[in-house]
Amino acid sequence: MQSRVALIDYKAGNLTSVRKALAAVGAEVYTPEQPSDLADAQGIIVPGVGHFGATAALDAEWTDAILARVGEGRPLLGICLGLQWLYEGSEESPDLKGLGVLSGICHKLKGDSTEGHIIKVPHVGWNSLDRLSNAPIIDGVADGAQVYFTHSYVAPVTSDSAAATTHGERFASIVQRGQVAGVQFHPEKSGEVGLQILRNFMKMVG
Amino acid sequence: MLSKRIIACLDVRDGQVVKGINFEGLRSAGDPADLARRYNLEGIDELVILDITATLERRRAMADTIRAVARELFIPLAVGGGIKTEDDAAAAVEAGADKVSLNSAALLNPGLLTTLANRYGSQAVVCAIDAKHAVDANGNKIYAVYSRSGSTAANRDAVEWAREAEQRGAGEILLTSIDRDGTKIGFDCEMTAAVSRAVSIPVIASGGAGRLHDFVDVFTAGAADAALAASIFHYAETSVHALKAHLRAHHIPVRL
Repeated sequence: MQSRVALIDYKAGNLTSVRKALAAVGAEVYTPEQPSDLADAQGIIVPGVGHFGATAALDAEWTDAILARVGEGRPLLGICLGLQWLYEGSEESPDLKGLGVLSGICHKLKGDSTEGHIIKVPHVGWNSLDRLSNAPIIDGVADGAQVYFTHSYVAPVTSDSAAATTHGERFASIVQRGQVAGVQFHPEKSGEVGLQILRNFMKMVG
Repeated sequence: MLSKRIIACLDVRDGQVVKGINFEGLRSAGDPADLARRYNLEGIDELVILDITATLERRRAMADTIRAVARELFIPLAVGGGIKTEDDAAAAVEAGADKVSLNSAALLNPGLLTTLANRYGSQAVVCAIDAKHAVDANGNKIYAVYSRSGSTAANRDAVEWAREAEQRGAGEILLTSIDRDGTKIGFDCEMTAAVSRAVSIPVIASGGAGRLHDFVDVFTAGAADAALAASIFHYAETSVHALKAHLRAHHIPVRL
């Protein structure tokens, strides 16, 4: 039997590519209409691109339902903005709270226009993963493997970081704490490496 | 370290990939999905599908072609050519495009960049600029922007238009040199550097790729974040892998 995974659509970007990649790794995906639809989810994915303010749509009801599933040991994966939402908050929307299962506040990357040291923000393109742990979410992913990023805000490197990436500064590109995992890049757009990470999440889902 | 991206462009007409010289003299180069598959295996970083008939013949972007290419591809896919309205962009996104590229429509209605950025995020909005060297009425050197597949002067300078596009919500600039397109004499590094230094969003250089070393030049002298080519890949003059090996040998960071 396929594992049913809830892909939460809170209108932060188009989910066509995420759905396609999840189907490619054998996940049966559904989009919950309301928080109570999460009851049967064997795993939950929070995707998202754009402004942290978009996570306001994940209100107390959604947050409670997600935390309840996580409390039951069901895996949760945050992608891009979804990873940032796992933290306490972001300087992009200081008045909004994140889910708060990971410690820290997300902040904006610093650009640099000095000739020879140009760092453009947003950070767009393929960049490498420096492995920091043997967390299940990074299983089978080689140190230095490249994945596709597109974002301006980042989460700090902490003991929860499974991989870090450098763009002007080092930031958390893959995180895992217990059954909660997150990726700052887009696994659905990161070729075979991205699919491997989605497979790892599906293994956690069981 | 952030890699410099190599992007393959599929100019599609009537469901077939074609490539012309200076926007004219088209010849067929194969099935879009077949080429996409080959490039993906060779390690291409991104694909662009341009519906080159769309603007002139007022066609909608080919949803079937996009679907066929997107089906088995897990790298970024941009679609352009004839996207004039929010509905055109939505059709491309629904078919599997990660980014939509606007050219003539953005010049005509710059607010469309903002509309699409608000709906899909800036990362999904590419402003394509076709430009060539020119001299303005006061004798100043400019990069004159053209719309409608290079046929109509837009009376704008590429640097100034790129800055505005960024402010309006574009997430990337796809800059094509009309002077160099299809000529294989190298990218227009001067124009590319001028635009790249004027914006903080990535600039994709296009037009003129011939030798492997042209890519080294556009990533150094041209300050490009990505480079796009079509014909040198289509006719198997070089492989994506060989190109990236050459770049790495010249200390350009690539995904290899």
